[in-house]
Formats: sequence, structure tokens, C-alpha cells
Amino acid sequence: MNRIGRHLLSIDDLDRASIERILDRAESFDEVSGREIKKVPALRGRTIVNLFYESSTRTSSSFELAAKRLSADVVSIRSQGSAVDKGESLKDTVQTLSAYDPAAIVIRSPHAGAAGLVARWTPAAVINAGDGKREHPTQALLDVFTLRRRLGSLDGANIWIVGDVLHSRVARSDILAFTQMGAKVTVCGPPTLIPREIEALGCEAATTLENLHEADVVYVLRMQQERMRDSFVPSLREYAQRYQITTERLRPGQLLMHPGPVNRGVELSGEAIDSPQALIGAQVRAGVAVRMAVLYELLVGAPSLAAVA
Amino acid sequence: MSERLFHRESQPAEVLITGAHVLDPRADLDEPRDILIKNGVVAELGEPGSLTAPEDAETIEAEGMHAFPGFVDPHVHLRTPGQEYKENLETGTAAAAAGGFCAVIAMPNTDPVVDDAPVLRSLIESATRQAQIPVGFLAAITRHLKGDELTEMAELRDAGALGFTDDGKPVVHAGTLRKALQYQRLAGGVIALHEEDPALSGDGAMHEGAVSARLGIAGIPSLAESTMVARDAALAGYEDARVHFQHLSCVESIEALEQAKSKGIRVSAEVCPHHLTLTDDMVRTLDSRFKMNPPLRSENDRRALVAALRSGLIDCVATDHAPHASHEKEVPFEEAPMGTTGLETAFAALFTELVLPGELDLAIVVERMSAGGALYGLPVPKIEPGQSANLCLVDLDARFDVGAEGYHSRSENCCFHGRMLQGRVRLTLAAGTVAFRGPIRAHAPAIS
Repeated sequence: MNRIGRHLLSIDDLDRASIERILDRAESFDEVSGREIKKVPALRGRTIVNLFYESSTRTSSSFELAAKRLSADVVSIRSQGSAVDKGESLKDTVQTLSAYDPAAIVIRSPHAGAAGLVARWTPAAVINAGDGKREHPTQALLDVFTLRRRLGSLDGANIWIVGDVLHSRVARSDILAFTQMGAKVTVCGPPTLIPREIEALGCEAATTLENLHEADVVYVLRMQQERMRDSFVPSLREYAQRYQITTERLRPGQLLMHPGPVNRGVELSGEAIDSPQALIGAQVRAGVAVRMAVLYELLVGAPSLAAVA
Repeated sequence: MSERLFHRESQPAEVLITGAHVLDPRADLDEPRDILIKNGVVAELGEPGSLTAPEDAETIEAEGMHAFPGFVDPHVHLRTPGQEYKENLETGTAAAAAGGFCAVIAMPNTDPVVDDAPVLRSLIESATRQAQIPVGFLAAITRHLKGDELTEMAELRDAGALGFTDDGKPVVHAGTLRKALQYQRLAGGVIALHEEDPALSGDGAMHEGAVSARLGIAGIPSLAESTMVARDAALAGYEDARVHFQHLSCVESIEALEQAKSKGIRVSAEVCPHHLTLTDDMVRTLDSRFKMNPPLRSENDRRALVAALRSGLIDCVATDHAPHASHEKEVPFEEAPMGTTGLETAFAALFTELVLPGELDLAIVVERMSAGGALYGLPVPKIEPGQSANLCLVDLDARFDVGAEGYHSRSENCCFHGRMLQGRVRLTLAAGTVAFRGPIRAHAPAIS
């Protein structure tokens, strides 16, 4: 089998078989993460640069851990306090970092298409760790991983994505990945936060939770405080009244997901977060294994994991 | 050509063009002709082979090529003064000449803004030294393009302004625009409008639709433009003012324009080659060359624009040539400045994408590309005895890879970059002089 491609910039880069392959690989790495010595030598001697132009806790730590568990040397750069702060352009930063001959650059940027640009400017493999509101492909992969473990398959699953779809890269990557894996996706939120023509991505759109009972999985998005200031919603109170997912609104058997960090009491009630229906902790754990698998598939892509695990 | 056009004087052309297929819809010409140009003026048109070159004239063999009246672009950004790293009067007019243009009209959103007579006079003075083809200048409607205080429009007109615009920005407040329209009765000059309601366009970077939903990029809805077209047409009607709508991009604006014209309101409009040939689908590449304002819109909008240009509802083609340096455009799409260059590709883009597939007649493209100056009171270029030579020779069979040989413009942010286009300008005569010469077969005058 060949590698999945040179870069991971978008879920569109992956067909269903490629996604399955990454997830199968992630299952093996998840086993590694359960060991006392959580390390394999797959990327020993290779360098991975994490370039984060936005604050991020879980994605950056997850990528860093993933690279370290594969024995890579990791350099993590945040825009704050770096040359970026001094006005260096993305192109110059990338070309400078490329001089260290990294095997991969992981980039998070507030702007759509940034990872694609980086891929043009470096010989390294590029992984999109979030580009503006466009995509966050490794989040979608870990979400599919988590669901596949729980459901066996996403085929025919009915998944609702609830909240601020307009500003969510997670929603966009998830819609693409979930539908690619055979699920039916409905996005739901206030009309001000559902983009016009979102149906073109292959989902349905709703503005009330009336039919939430149809969902097998309820995927809740983070509701950011500043959305109120820009009049997308009149108040968090009204938002919570209409869209907060509570244990009362959840039907027994429905699974609950959230990409984090959660605003407790806004998009999710505390009880819902702590309920056994919630897969939020499993998502975080899946993050490391899935990112190990992505790095491995991009940089090694060997047919069998037996040799390394 | 006009007292409000400025360029560097150079030697009047002494040229015999033989056998070109002359297409000048206004002169009702559509046949092969020899064209004799003496002292920069079209002296004689004759059957092919009927004219002979005077001793001091160069002969250009143009069999198989077309001769069109020179194109006039009512909307270019020459970036001078203040942003000469993007473009200057010399490179901008060289790009225009290479595109077959015999005159262009420059926008005032420079640094400083052309919002008082001293800035305009100094710009005109530079143009008389650097411009390779005639350039006209619009001055700002409001000081610093801020949309509140009017410029000294009457003095600016006296100093040579063709008209007024805050292009790049809308005149947001209806009350301010209304006063400008009233003041037009004193100052004269067409008031040209960039129509955009910033409350609706917000921080949008592309057309609002399925593609923006996919990319998660904030959208600029069509009605950000069309509601302003409707508002300003109403103001123009009420004040009996003369306004020109710049770079219309969507079907809703066309409807508003149609309504205004049907009421007899004195409005005109322009459309850009990129809006006539490309759609927001191109933005999927996230290539910042496809970022312009107004943005590339839907296929439905594109077709409506073509139909409106064909019917004459939209009066003319304008490139909105907007050069930006590479380092400014080599950034993520949302960060990049808006604008595409267009002077060197306008005709070829329309010929390749619209004439060859049968969407528009060649004669209509030629007519609309040379119509933009007349809207500002400039003479219309005509291939007619007695007229100053303003024409271009085009090889309609020649194909070229856009940008492969570089650009005459200082900038290379062309949305047609890398495309194979057909229809290449080989010679441009502007105001009676040779402004551009590509590879053509020519014989120098005999040295006596």
C-alpha cells in the first residue's frame, strides 16, 4: 500500500479507505499508549516542527506527545514571542524552519488555506492542525476513531452537530469525514450561526432541537463569548435555553461529543458532560493515537505495523 | 485626444498598416483595409494593396490580423503617488499599451489620496513625463476617502479631474453622497461609485455562497452591492445627477441598474473581465489572485453580467487593474489585499472565454472595450480618416501562456496567470504614436 499522500491539508484529501487505514493504524498506537513505556522508535532521528499561530492546548500538546511517542525530535513554536511577533511573514518563517530539514511541519493558523501555502514553501510533509474556520482534519479523524470504536461503523448513523457552525472548522471537517464514512449529518444552531448554503457540504440544516431525538450522536460545538458581542445571539442565556444540551434533552442511548474546551453551562450542562453518554474524554485520548497514526502514515507508511510496535 | 488626458509626447507615427481586417463597429467597418497614418492621424483607408507607404513611413504587414479601435479603460489603479512598488505611471501605462489600450482612467485612492488640486497637478505633471499612453484622473469625492467632507470638486475639475470617485470604498452616508451629487451641478464631472454597504460586507473576503460555506471564509453577499446601487440610483434620480456604477458583479445590481435606466435616471455602468469569465468556484484553490472586491460571484451572476453587457445595459468593460506586490499577495487568502491586474489580459480573456465559445460577438467586445472613456466625456476612438490614430492590431490566432514571459506591469497578481489565452495584441497606437509593439513583420522606412 502507498502512503496516504504527501500532506494532510483537508479531509477532502482522504477517501474512505485512507481514513480506515489511518484509524486501523491508530488502534495499534492506542495500544502503545496503554503501555508503561509509551514509545516506539518509528521516527527516531527525524524532526517535527509544530508551528502554532493560535493558542491551543489540546491540539498542540496532543501533536507534541504523538511525535515524542514516535521518538521524533520536536520543536514547538508559538507565534507569541517568536519572529512572527516581530513581523516575519509566514513564508519567511516556513523557509527558515525548513532549513532545519524537518520531516513534517504541523501548522495551526487563524487563516483558511495557511497549511496549503506552507506545503508550497517547504519540502517537509505538512499537517493542517486547523486553518481558520475551514478545516481541522485530525480532529475529524479522532472523532471518527472515537465513534467507530463505540458504534463499530458510522454507516447509517444519524449525527447532529449543534451550535456555532458558522465559525467552526471542526464542524466543516466533521461533516466531510462523517458523511465520507457513511453517516447522515444534520447541523443545528441559531439561524445566524448556520452558514448559507451549508447543505452543499452534504448535510441537512435545522434551527431547532425539535428533532434531536432522531440523532444517534449529538456533537456539540463550543459557543464563544464574543459571538454575543457581534449580535449572532442576543444572550448566552437565550442561547442556552434553546440549544444547550442537557440530560433532559438527550435521549437514552444517544452519544454525546464535544471538541473542547467546553463552556460548562452554556452549550452543555454540567450533568450532560459528566454523564456516561459523553465521549469527551475518549476523544482526547484518541487524539494522541490518531495523530501518531497520521504522522506515521505520512512519514513512514509501511505496510505493516508489526515491525515497529 | 482631450484636454483632460495626459501623456508623454513622442514622435507622431508615420505608418502604413497593410491588409488588416478592420473591425470598428461605430464606423461600420468590418473588412480588410490598408490604413495609412501620417503625422499620427489616420490619413486614408483603402482596399488591401491599394495604398503605398510614403518614403518616410514604416510598413507593417498585418494580413491575418485584426485592427480594432483602441480600448479605453475607465478604471485602473496606477498606484502613483505613494505605492510605486506596486505600479507606477510608466509601468501601468506600458501594461495598458500592451493590452491594446489607447487611454486609461486612474483612480484616486493613492497615498496621498488625490483629494486636492496640488496633488492632482503634480500627478498630471508626472504623467506628461512618464505616461506612455494618455491617462485621465478621477479625484476623490471625499477628503482622504473618509466619506464625510467633500473635496474641493470645482477646483479639482479646473485642475483637470475627469470626474470623482472614492473607489475602493463606498460613500457610506447617503447624505454625503447627496451633497456631492448636488455639488456636481457646479463642478461637473461624472461621479463614479464603488457600491458596497460595509454593514453587509463586514469582514468578508469572498462571495457569500456554497463555496464560502465550505471554506469557512466570511462572505460578501451580493446585496451588499445591489442595495447601494438601488439607493444611489434613487439619489441620482432625485438630484438629476450623473453617476457611473463601477465594477458591477451580481444579478441583483443589474436589476437595480435596469430599473434606474428605465426611469431615465442618468446612470451608466461598467463590468470587469474577471467577473465576466470567472466565478467563486476559483476561490476553492485559495489562491489570493482570485481575491478582489467586488468578489468573483456565482455562475448565475456571471451569465447575467454577460447578458447585460451584450444588451448594452452595462455600457462598457473596465479592468479595475489593481496591482499588488508579490509579498503582499503571498499570504493566506483572508489576509491578502483585494485586487487583480487586468490590463494585459482583458481582451484575450474576453475573446477566449466569451467570443470563442459563442457567448459574445467579437464586435460587441470591441465596442464595449472602447466605450469607457465616452462615459466621462472623452472622444471615442475610431478608425476613420481625420481621426488621431488610436487603434490596436490583434492576432486572434496567437495563443499565450499568461505570465510565462512576465508582465509589463510591476505586479503579477493576475487572476488569469497560467491560463492559455488566445488573441494577442501586436501593436498599439495611442494618441497618434506607437505605444506598444510586439513581434510583427515591419519594414523600416527607406533611409534617403
